[in-house]
Amino acid sequence: MLQSADLDAIRAIIARAKRWDMFFALLGILSLMVGVLTFTALFVDMAIQGVPRLDFEFFTSFPSRRAANAGILSAWVGTVLVMLVTALAAVPLGVAAGVYLEEYAPKNWITDIIEINISNLAGIPSIVYGLLALGLFVYYFGFGQSILSAGLTLALLILPVIIVATREAIRAIPQSIHEGSYACGATTWQTVSDHILPYSSAGILTGVIIGMARAIGETAPIITIGALTFIAFLPPAPFAGDPPAGLFEWIFAPFTVMPIQMFNWTSRPEAAFTVNAAAAGFVLVFMTLAMNGLAIYVRYRLRKNIKW
Amino acid sequence: MSASASAPSVSLPIGKGISDRLRKKASRHVKERIIEFLLFCAAAFSVFVTVAIVWVLVKESWVFFETVPLSDFLFDTQWTPLFDDAHYGIMVLLSGTITSSAVALVVAIPLGTVIALYLSEFAGFKLREIAKPFLELLGGVPTIVYGYFALTFLTPILQKIYPDLPGFNLLSAGLVMGVMIIPYVASLSEDAMRAVPMSLREGSYAMGATRLQTALWVVTPAATSGIASAYILGISRAVGETMILAVAAGMQPKLTFNPTEPGATITSYIVQVALGDLPHGSIGYQTIFAAGLTLLLMTLAFNLLGYWLRKRFREVY
Amino acid sequence: MQIPSGLEAGVEGDLLKAEVRDLDFYYGGFHALKHVTMPVHDRKVTALIGPSGCGKSTLLRCFNRMHDLYPGNRYAGGGIVLHPDNTNLLAQEVDPIEVRMRISMVFQKPNPFPKSIYENVAYSLRVRGMRNKNELDDRVEAALKGAALWNEVSNRLNELGANLSGGQQQRLCIARALASDPEIILFDEPTSALDPIATASIEELVTELKENVTILIVTHNMQQAARISDFTAYMYLGEMVEFGITDQIFIKPTKKATEDYITGRFG
Repeated sequence: MLQSADLDAIRAIIARAKRWDMFFALLGILSLMVGVLTFTALFVDMAIQGVPRLDFEFFTSFPSRRAANAGILSAWVGTVLVMLVTALAAVPLGVAAGVYLEEYAPKNWITDIIEINISNLAGIPSIVYGLLALGLFVYYFGFGQSILSAGLTLALLILPVIIVATREAIRAIPQSIHEGSYACGATTWQTVSDHILPYSSAGILTGVIIGMARAIGETAPIITIGALTFIAFLPPAPFAGDPPAGLFEWIFAPFTVMPIQMFNWTSRPEAAFTVNAAAAGFVLVFMTLAMNGLAIYVRYRLRKNIKW
Repeated sequence: MSASASAPSVSLPIGKGISDRLRKKASRHVKERIIEFLLFCAAAFSVFVTVAIVWVLVKESWVFFETVPLSDFLFDTQWTPLFDDAHYGIMVLLSGTITSSAVALVVAIPLGTVIALYLSEFAGFKLREIAKPFLELLGGVPTIVYGYFALTFLTPILQKIYPDLPGFNLLSAGLVMGVMIIPYVASLSEDAMRAVPMSLREGSYAMGATRLQTALWVVTPAATSGIASAYILGISRAVGETMILAVAAGMQPKLTFNPTEPGATITSYIVQVALGDLPHGSIGYQTIFAAGLTLLLMTLAFNLLGYWLRKRFREVY
Repeated sequence: MQIPSGLEAGVEGDLLKAEVRDLDFYYGGFHALKHVTMPVHDRKVTALIGPSGCGKSTLLRCFNRMHDLYPGNRYAGGGIVLHPDNTNLLAQEVDPIEVRMRISMVFQKPNPFPKSIYENVAYSLRVRGMRNKNELDDRVEAALKGAALWNEVSNRLNELGANLSGGQQQRLCIARALASDPEIILFDEPTSALDPIATASIEELVTELKENVTILIVTHNMQQAARISDFTAYMYLGEMVEFGITDQIFIKPTKKATEDYITGRFG
């Protein structure tokens, strides 16, 4: 039997423990708020400074030494073209690697090495990829400071993201679907192409979008390959020249991209250029947020719709 | 269908005959093998990337270390590779990297851990469903934008509190970098905490423990190695972060551990050199590869440690 | 080797579709099937019964080489001879894909592909390279009729298979297995995830199917085995304890262990 004094003591202990609980919950909310507030401050500050600068001319003008005339035409065109190269290189390679590791790879040391290696690649700083590209693409392969070099560099950078997303999407497919397919007499490749890839495509797409969103904002590796920061002309239109050589002239063209343009303007002392930087930054953040939001939406739809 | 003319009698042992219908077809075999080989090449390509990184960095650094003795590189206290009186003390750049990373981690580790604990043990389903994607968005903002924010928003605010703060400083860059790293630390720690089986929590609640007690005494210890690997990922991000520092911390190499001073890090030095036009093959050009090699070795050590911890924590349950 | 009693049991004039002979199978280091020997009679229903973990599903999955999908599984001796080819299904030179095209399978839980009803059934024909639309239509219709599903789905062939009820899904999986004219269909506890009414319809279907196809069925439910099978095999701890005509096994088993299991004293 508990004495009433003990009971009171226990009640006091419980009350104190509950107060700590409340306190911690508050601390948790406050910590989240730090993130929320930083993000809001960043977004609002940039919007206030940059949005008034966003007019039609800003998107259709080349950079200029006069801040008021400068625009982001060459930057956004460059970003689109570089992303095109990145997607063409990284998506097939990453999906193929993910499929191999989930559906084909035997359990042996070679597979182990590949797996450790991929998780290690995901942790290498982006600037090191820039150094790789400088040594390998720019000088060793002689691609120069071109759209091709930049696109391939970013492709290597996001390869682990796509591989991991592909593997996770494939792992979400129940084993019974695999077995059902094999039991029909399908080969491994038939199982992969008729079932695994179609059913995991939304998950893979999510990973590709997140990877591309990351690539769009990457600055350091592109600076490292020595991309010019003042480009007042457009590369030749893709696939428009005289075939066969003319079709690919654009990939060897010099270029600039959105984050480089923003960096260039940020490092100028004049306030007018800071406004340009804010405007370019706003466009950049808007692009990455839209892509991330799209990825989150695709994943949400996917979770709601799938029925095994 | 399956009608055979004669009833085979039970006949042991099994003959070696293989009917044509069931025999492996070379054509199918070859096609499947070719596809498998192509997919294998794609997976093995990642190994090629690593080899290429090491090869490029080592090749260029090799030339560098033929001119600059390793002892100078490690122990010299000045970093002036582009001056006539050239010094190559990596310690100078390391001090910037360490100082800015330390500031970032002071922000990211406590906040990230508290957020993870809160989301995993306290928050309702709805809040978690909103907070997790939001954290992802926070991690998806380009770092150049964070750099701009540190330089033009946070530094002026800090200067109001501490008027002597220079316009470029490691503090502001480190703080913003910390916020940038929060999502990584929080998200990975939360994954580790959620992997702790419900039965452990129920055991604790059944003893009359509160949420906080359960979180601190049961969940956190059980998820230790996962949380540790999240911290290590955070450290590795901080060490490798480039643009925030290049924009907001200034690029003057200086041996200092004082965050209120400007400083160069390994990463921002590489950017600085790449922005100029150093001729390919010059010693200045090679310094960035030596600096890059140092960076790679540091992050490699962190990654392997993190990989090992993650592997261990997967085996616990 | 000891041949379990009743092994030669059978009706005069029966043909053998397959024979399991002295089969050994390992999951890694675990000896899951031990010297299993059993005949499979043509166009009859053979039920495999026994307590959980006795190896009955393992044996079933040997017939279409499902074990090949996972590393660490090992066929360690003996084999399964398929007639009339007189070929050991488990031999190295045999293509598991050819085996699966002739011996199809229905799983414990209905596992329709997230495709349309039509595409689910057509899939086992497509993997054989059939592309002719008319032929596909005919075969799909025949298979759905064979699985007693045609009347319920004929006007919604383009809907997702997952929209059907559990029993319908399982009949869809049976139609998928039937579409390619298999010689043997393997059923791995096909009704354990279904309600009694759906179970009855599947059981009825199995009895009809044996007109044309040899059937092997794993079941936990002894009444089910008694109702639908012609032959029954009782397995325990990876061994074939007793094989015989179903009526005999259930009325007058020769082994004490079988009797204990069937009467519910064990298992």
